[in-house]
Amino acid sequence: MHADPKGVLTGVHFMDGDHACCEGALAAGARFAAGYPITPSTEVVERFAARIPTIGGIFIQMEDELAASIAIQGAVWGGAKAFTVTSGPGFSLMMEHIGLAAMTETPCVFVNVQRGGPSTGLPTLPGQADMMQARWGSHGDYGIIALCPNSPQECFDLTITAFNLSEEFRVPVMMMLDECVGHMTEKVVIPEAESIEVTPRRYTKRSPEEYRPFEPQEDLVPEMVKAGDGYRFHITGLTHDERGYPDMSVGTQDRLVRRLTEKVKPAGDGRALYETGDLDDAEVAVVSYGITSRVAQRALQLARARGIRAGKFRLITAWPFPERQIRELAGLVKAFVVPELNLGQMVYEVERSAAGKAKVIPVTHAGGTVHNPDVILDAIMEAVR
Amino acid sequence: MIETTLDIPADARNPVEPFLRMERMPHIWCAGCGIGTTVNCFTRALLKSKANLDKVAVVSGIGCTGRVAGYARLDSFHTTHGRAIPFATGLKLANPELQVVVYSGDGDLFAIGGNHFIHAARRNMDLKVICVNNMIYAMTGGQTAPTTPLEALTSTAPYGVSEPAFNLVSLAEAAGACYVARWTTYHVMQLSRSMEEALGKKGFCFIEVLSPCPTLYQRRNRMGDGLDAMKYYKEASKIRHGAPTSECSLSKSGEIVVGKFVDRERPDYCELLRAQMCQSLGERYAEPEVVCSR
Repeated sequence: MHADPKGVLTGVHFMDGDHACCEGALAAGARFAAGYPITPSTEVVERFAARIPTIGGIFIQMEDELAASIAIQGAVWGGAKAFTVTSGPGFSLMMEHIGLAAMTETPCVFVNVQRGGPSTGLPTLPGQADMMQARWGSHGDYGIIALCPNSPQECFDLTITAFNLSEEFRVPVMMMLDECVGHMTEKVVIPEAESIEVTPRRYTKRSPEEYRPFEPQEDLVPEMVKAGDGYRFHITGLTHDERGYPDMSVGTQDRLVRRLTEKVKPAGDGRALYETGDLDDAEVAVVSYGITSRVAQRALQLARARGIRAGKFRLITAWPFPERQIRELAGLVKAFVVPELNLGQMVYEVERSAAGKAKVIPVTHAGGTVHNPDVILDAIMEAVR
Repeated sequence: MIETTLDIPADARNPVEPFLRMERMPHIWCAGCGIGTTVNCFTRALLKSKANLDKVAVVSGIGCTGRVAGYARLDSFHTTHGRAIPFATGLKLANPELQVVVYSGDGDLFAIGGNHFIHAARRNMDLKVICVNNMIYAMTGGQTAPTTPLEALTSTAPYGVSEPAFNLVSLAEAAGACYVARWTTYHVMQLSRSMEEALGKKGFCFIEVLSPCPTLYQRRNRMGDGLDAMKYYKEASKIRHGAPTSECSLSKSGEIVVGKFVDRERPDYCELLRAQMCQSLGERYAEPEVVCSR
C-alpha cells in the first residue's frame, strides 16, 4: 500500500532529525500523537502539532509520559496509527506501557531522542545509554524492535520503516535517536507518496463469530480488529488465551510469552538493517550506530590512511540484534572495536555474538559530547597490534 | 414459607445476560461485594439508553473493579494500573463515535491515576467515568486507599488510618466534570438512572458508587457482611440533589449524602479543539480522520 499523499511533504528539505522523524511518521500514516515535553525530543511533536490540523488527525499533549504512552495505545485500538516521543526520564516512565504494548500486541512507535543520563542527567547533550533499556526496560520477557538512524534523512526513512515493522509484527518499535542526530540539520529528500510503501494494519477478514483475537497466524502474529466494528473483543495486560481472556495457567503463560519473544526474531535474523564498508580485507571491524557511527567514519579514514585494514559495520537495527552477521564477521576479523556513548551496552551483544572468535574492544564514553575520533583510532590500532 | 407470586419459566434467563461474557462466569468477586450490582445497573442503563452496543467500549484499570471490562460483552480494555483514563482518551479521540466508559475502582482512579482524572475532567473529555468506591485496595489484600476513612483499620494502617480521605465528588466538580453523582449499591434504581443520564450527556461525567467490601474492609473493621453494609447505606444515606459537593465528605460510619450534585453544560474537548482550529486555520483545518484504512 502507498502512503497517503496528505501526509507526505514531497521535496528536498533542509531540516533536523527531530523534524524529519515527524515527517516520517506523517508519511507512514500516523494521525495520532500524544506527548509530554522533554528535551531534546520535543521538536518532533511540536512539528506534529503544527502539521496535523491541516492533514486531519490529533495531537494531544498529555499530563505525563505514562499518559502519553498509553493514550497512543487507546488510539491504535480505535483504529489510528500512533506514536509518542520522549527522552531519558520520560522513556523510563514509559516502560510499563512498552510492556503493555508488547503484551497486547499493539502496533505503535516510541521515539527516544537519547540524552545523557542517569536521572535528569544532561538534558541538552547526547547519550546512547538507553539501548539496553529499550530492549529490556519493561518487566517480564518480550520482544521489541529498535532502529538507530544516523542522519536526518534516516530519521525520515527509518520512522516509516518503524511504523511498517510495528504493523507487520504487531509490536512496539523504538526509534533510538540521540541528541546529535535529532538536532543535526541536513538535506532530507522526501519522495512522492506513491513511492513510499506503507504496511497496512493486519485487520482480520473473519466474522466476529470466527475471530479469535490472539490466534497466531503462520508468522506467529495474530490478526487485529478495532473498537466499534462489532467484534466485542477483550484486551488485557494479564496473561491471556487466544480469546483474549485472562488465563493464569503455566501453559498459557509459556505459549504466550514464548510467542511474543519469538515472533520478532525474523526482524533481526534475515532482515536486520545494517551498513558495511571496507570489510572485505578488514582485520578490524568498527561496530557503531547513531551519531557515533559518523565519528567512527573519521577514525576509519585515519586508520586506512595509516594502512590499517579497518572496516565498518553500522547497526541500523539494534534489536533484535544482528547476531548472525556479527558471528560470521567474527570468523573474518581479528577484532571488533565498539565505540558508543555509554559505558558499554551494545558491546556486550557484539561480545556474545562473536563468541570468543574475535577480540572485542569497547570504546566507552559517558555522554555529553561525541567521541574524539583519535580515541577510536587508538582502539583500532590496539586491535591490530 | 412465603410463596413467590412471580411466574418465572424454567428456561428464563437474566435480562442482562446478553451484556455479559457468560462463558467467563463465575466472576471473581466475593459474596457480598457490590461490584456485580453496579454492573447490573450499568447493563440496565445501557438497555434503557438504547445505545448501539457495538459502539460502546469499556476501559478499566487494575483492581477488583478493573475486572469489569473482562465481563462486559462489549469492546473492552483491561489496561494498566491507574491509566484507564488516558487509554480511554486516545480511544475516544481516534474514534469519536464510540461511547467510551471508564469503569474502575477508587484506588486505581484516585491514587495512582489521580492526575489523569483531574486532567481529563479539566479537558472535559467525553468519557463516562464510573468509580466503584469500596474505600480500600481489595485485590491486593486490604491496604489503605486515598478514600479510606479516618480511623479505619487496613492491612497497611493496622493502628488506624490517620490521613484524610479524598472527597471524590468535590474533586470531580472542582476539576471540571460536567456531571457528578453519588449513589450506593443500595440505590440500584437511582444508580441505573444516573448511568443512563450520563450516557446521554456529552462531556466528562463522573458517578461514584459506594460499594461494600465485606472481605477486606468490613471484616477487619468489624462492620459485618454485605447485608450489614446495605442496612448502613439504607439508614445513613440522605438524598440531597444539588448539595454543595464540599459538604459531601464521607466518614467511617456517618451520613452518606447521595444524589446528583452537578449537571452543567461545558463544551467538550473535541468541540473546543474544533472551534480553536477553525478560528486559527479557517478553511485549512482538516477534520480529524485518524482511522487507518483496512
